[in-house]
Amino acid sequence: MRRKRGGALAAIAMAGVLAMAGCAKDSGGDGNQAAGDGGGGEPGSCVTNEAPAAPENTQQEQTTEHGDVDASDLKIGLAFDVGGRGDASFNDAAAAGVDRAVEEFGAEKGNESPAAGSESEAAKEQRLRQMAEQGNNPIIAVGFAYAEAVRKVAPQYPDTEFALVDDNSVDAENVTPLVFAEEEGSFLAGVAAAYKTSECQVGFVGGVKTPLIKKFQAGFEQGVKAAGGDNIEVKSEYLTPAGDISGFNDPAKANVKSKSMISQGSDVLFHAAGASGQGVFEAAAANDALGIGVDSDQYKQKTLADVKDVIVTSMLKKVDVAVYDYVAAVAEGDPDDLPERFDLSVDGVGYSKSNPAIEDITDELEGYKKAIVDGDIEVSDTPQS
Amino acid sequence: MINWRTALLPPALAIVFAMLLSSVALLISGANPLDAFATMGAQLFHGNTAVSTVNLAIVYYLAGLAAAIGFQMNVFNIGVEGQYRFAAVVAAIVGGWMQLPPVLHVVAILVVAVASGALYALLPALLKVYRGVSEVITTIMLNSIVFGIVAFLINPEQFGVLHGNNLSTEEIAPSGRIPGIPLGEAGTLFGFVVIAAALGYGYWFMLNRTRFGFELKASGESKTAAAAGGVSARKMTLAAMLISGGVAGLVAMPELLGRDYVYAMTATQGYGFTGLAVALLGRNHPAGIAFGALLWAFLDRSAVSLESIGIPSEIATIMQGTIVLSVVVAYEIVRRADLAAEQRRVGRAGNGRPASVAEGGAV
Repeated sequence: MRRKRGGALAAIAMAGVLAMAGCAKDSGGDGNQAAGDGGGGEPGSCVTNEAPAAPENTQQEQTTEHGDVDASDLKIGLAFDVGGRGDASFNDAAAAGVDRAVEEFGAEKGNESPAAGSESEAAKEQRLRQMAEQGNNPIIAVGFAYAEAVRKVAPQYPDTEFALVDDNSVDAENVTPLVFAEEEGSFLAGVAAAYKTSECQVGFVGGVKTPLIKKFQAGFEQGVKAAGGDNIEVKSEYLTPAGDISGFNDPAKANVKSKSMISQGSDVLFHAAGASGQGVFEAAAANDALGIGVDSDQYKQKTLADVKDVIVTSMLKKVDVAVYDYVAAVAEGDPDDLPERFDLSVDGVGYSKSNPAIEDITDELEGYKKAIVDGDIEVSDTPQS
Repeated sequence: MINWRTALLPPALAIVFAMLLSSVALLISGANPLDAFATMGAQLFHGNTAVSTVNLAIVYYLAGLAAAIGFQMNVFNIGVEGQYRFAAVVAAIVGGWMQLPPVLHVVAILVVAVASGALYALLPALLKVYRGVSEVITTIMLNSIVFGIVAFLINPEQFGVLHGNNLSTEEIAPSGRIPGIPLGEAGTLFGFVVIAAALGYGYWFMLNRTRFGFELKASGESKTAAAAGGVSARKMTLAAMLISGGVAGLVAMPELLGRDYVYAMTATQGYGFTGLAVALLGRNHPAGIAFGALLWAFLDRSAVSLESIGIPSEIATIMQGTIVLSVVVAYEIVRRADLAAEQRRVGRAGNGRPASVAEGGAV
């Protein structure tokens, strides 16, 4: 009879484990505690350093158009990172780039596969091989987690082009890295935060403490310091340690963390936390603080419509543009012509202007942007602390 | 004596039931179940999927063994997950730092892995034995803590190295790697398969041919009865937990020493939980666990194959879930059927009058 009992016991406990995993994400609730409202001046009063002069034509939008590219013989395979289409973050951005390329160049849409949360390295390799064998070309692997898989699979399919988003460590003929200067875009987010704070304290909420997210932190901190010197304090916090990717998908945790940062005096929060960002904005909305979005223009995102007024701007990481440009380049046969890094100078990163609340400081932001593009300001990609 | 019907019928029933249920799910989602099953079957003959299935099964087998050792003693070691990840990161760091001649290097890494796994199981074991704290609670907490430990250790300020945007440990030198078994086009089988098979045999031998194994099983069945026979339940719980942790320490070794040579921030997680399911499927029997591990790995691989014909990969997850649940139910049904048959047999032998105790009747 022990076997029977052991089995049932084990089954019950298994169910328990699954259930616990299932309810890890619970609602955050809205404890309305007032934001630290002691003292504080007007927005902009914390800025101590003058912004570099803005260029003459600030309103000029550079959009790349490849109107006459014919990519009808391409079949684009898209291997997503965890989350896949609909994550309102960079998987969606990559998908948007592919959709646009399909529409404009007549390329064929090939396979799309999202990665499972805890899949093994071999599953990623299998996915890429499968796509290559089904005639997908080019294949776009979204996320640096694919680096090892691409390194192994790409040499086996020399006639297939691979693009790897967020990683440039793979050195192969048919692999094109699509990497971004996250720290430069985040620098501008930092400048914006410095101009918008009235408490002289701002915060950064990182999803998972990985080297990639630390670039956002580094840029943000330098941007704040560039505008406000030592007059403005930056608090940086992460939701989970490296390896625990739940930090990118835990709005409740982000909400609690943001509330505590706000109650400690930060009144502008910049997040680089994927889907957790919603929690940051909700905390800001409930406590008279402001938020800065990440990756795409979050002011315009439908899922965030309720809290969009607090999203003063978003740091843009234009994965969609990079993917779109990449497909065009492959169609024209020269993917090596793409920028080595999508930075401010090629508008691979930037900030959004859709919220009117940013209008009063766009001159300053454009000034800093020009200074970075011209090389007068160098942005480091590792945090000071 | 093994009753083959009792042993093999339930898993077969469970698989059939899981197939039926996933067929329903497939039909609801508008896909053809036959296409799905054909694709799943065909993947084995395509490229290196068969070999990579076996490779994954080796990992699951080790995790299953680790869990099964605990089950034998009625210890529910959910901490296999934390133990293997802790052991993997420690072994990878030590292995990357060590300079030793070929075979010694591998042995040293394996010893470190087993020791670290056991060490990570020591705390819950001691708490259970001396304070009666449920190992389920403590190991779950330690699973959570391991995230922090791994993140800390593979930080460049400690022992980590930055590659692109990924963090990992130092690479283990060729002397510390276990060569694979090349199978040509089909890929490379982990050399660790030999060690895994030996462990499976060792597990069987320990349980069925040694005094220790007998005592372990005895106190798992009834602590008081075993204590009356002079077996210390405390000692057995401690031993089961530590051996379980030690074997868990090996879970990541096939991949670490046979393929990756580093332990990275993006390393796969969740093998420990799969191990629990695999041990349950295999009913703690070494051959059963091997079967469960292969089945589970096959279904995992199917998830990716199904994507290629546009079927959501969650179908594979549905099948895995149904199999685990239905295998427990099926064992119970078959057991009751056997019991009823036995009672009828005894009843017939007694010619209608109640059987005496000597004939197997109630006291």
